[in-house]
Amino acid sequence: MLAKRVIPCLDVHDGKVTRGVQFGVAEKGGLRNVGDPVELALRYNEQGADEMVFFDITATAHGRGTMVDVIERAADQCFMPLTVGGGIKSVDDMYTMLRAGADKTSINSSALANPELIRQGAEKFGSQCIVVSIDAKRVAPDKWEVFSHGGRKATGLDAVDWAKHAVSLGAGEIVLNSIDADGTKAGFDLVITRRISESVGVPVVASGGAGSLEHMAEVLLEGKADAVLAASIFHFGTYTVGDVKQFLAKKSIPVRL
Amino acid sequence: MIALLDYGSGNLRSAHRALVKAGAEVRIAQRPQEIGDARGMVLPGVGAFDDCVNALRKQELLEAAREFIKTGKPFLGICVGYQALFERSEEFNSCAAGLGIFGGSVVRFAEKPGLKIPQIGWNQIRLARNDCPIYRDIADGSYVYFVHSFFPKPTDAGIIATQTDYGETFASSVWRDNVFATQFHPEKSQTVGLQLLKNFVALAG
Repeated sequence: MLAKRVIPCLDVHDGKVTRGVQFGVAEKGGLRNVGDPVELALRYNEQGADEMVFFDITATAHGRGTMVDVIERAADQCFMPLTVGGGIKSVDDMYTMLRAGADKTSINSSALANPELIRQGAEKFGSQCIVVSIDAKRVAPDKWEVFSHGGRKATGLDAVDWAKHAVSLGAGEIVLNSIDADGTKAGFDLVITRRISESVGVPVVASGGAGSLEHMAEVLLEGKADAVLAASIFHFGTYTVGDVKQFLAKKSIPVRL
Repeated sequence: MIALLDYGSGNLRSAHRALVKAGAEVRIAQRPQEIGDARGMVLPGVGAFDDCVNALRKQELLEAAREFIKTGKPFLGICVGYQALFERSEEFNSCAAGLGIFGGSVVRFAEKPGLKIPQIGWNQIRLARNDCPIYRDIADGSYVYFVHSFFPKPTDAGIIATQTDYGETFASSVWRDNVFATQFHPEKSQTVGLQLLKNFVALAG
């Protein structure tokens, strides 16, 4: 049986893993340095992480060069799936990251600006390499809007519609990040996660809001997510990946132990 | 020495590092001449069937792989490198012909309510036979990493080495004589994957 995945996310800023409390905090100097990406990757590798996401939050030319090095070093030591996001704007950028050792590339603002990039990437590397990451914010009791540029720019797009469109263009996976829940540790946004998971035929990774073991189980069961992604609770040592998986297993959720 | 075929596949580096970790000496081959006296060959792959087969043909590696297989030395195909061993694929109205080492075609998972395609993540392998040398010291039911929408349907069920369930039961790896191939990614399957590669490297001697 296919296991539900537990995925630590590493936000990398100039070669270091950092963690802001909420969207947009990076600019205000609100980042906390939590360590070396490769060291953290090795730690999570040992804890039994199913996959790792490296997210380049600098995404400048210099930052991207650093990121290639980070991915190469991580891929050389962790024989597990790696996804890279942040600053990927072209098929060439995708190729650079895949050749560095990434298995999947994740695009967000660049897919919104140029949806054809999804199709081009999928045709070149296969859908399974193209993850579309969506930052969604609840703007009305029953409406979630897509935001771009790290949650700063409203796009006017409905989150469910955009997810479906991205999949129709060839996205092989959707990462759904709730802007409202991100960094709050108050739990995932179960409603929009479930809605998107039921609307698309590709796996959905829930992100934003993990604060407890119960939250993880909830979003997999009620939210119908295929995987959970979290950063703070792992970086700050609240739980290990192993803790999460043991808990999920007790709830009869299939995990790889 | 193991020849690792480089036709631009995304997972080359990972496959390379994992083989080295498994104890292999690796030579990356972009042309047939570079295969030389290799004792084993690995065809990695990720992405689209046609891209893989066309790139291999362009670099004259398709014929080289076929010739190598005829020598009886161990050959390992991974993911699209597994699919390429079959006759054809249904992907994107594919028109490229595969190596045809095995009979059968590459098909997509059948759509089912609630079944997510691609299959992405860790799934279990059921050993269909207990004598396949690359599964030495690997337990029945082990988890390995998959990321794919397509898989080959061998016409000869006798070559199936492992089976996996995802909406339906499919051949997650095959073996006949010196040819081994996996739909999953051993280079991404942590200790289980490294053990498989170690077993393969040992066969190549």
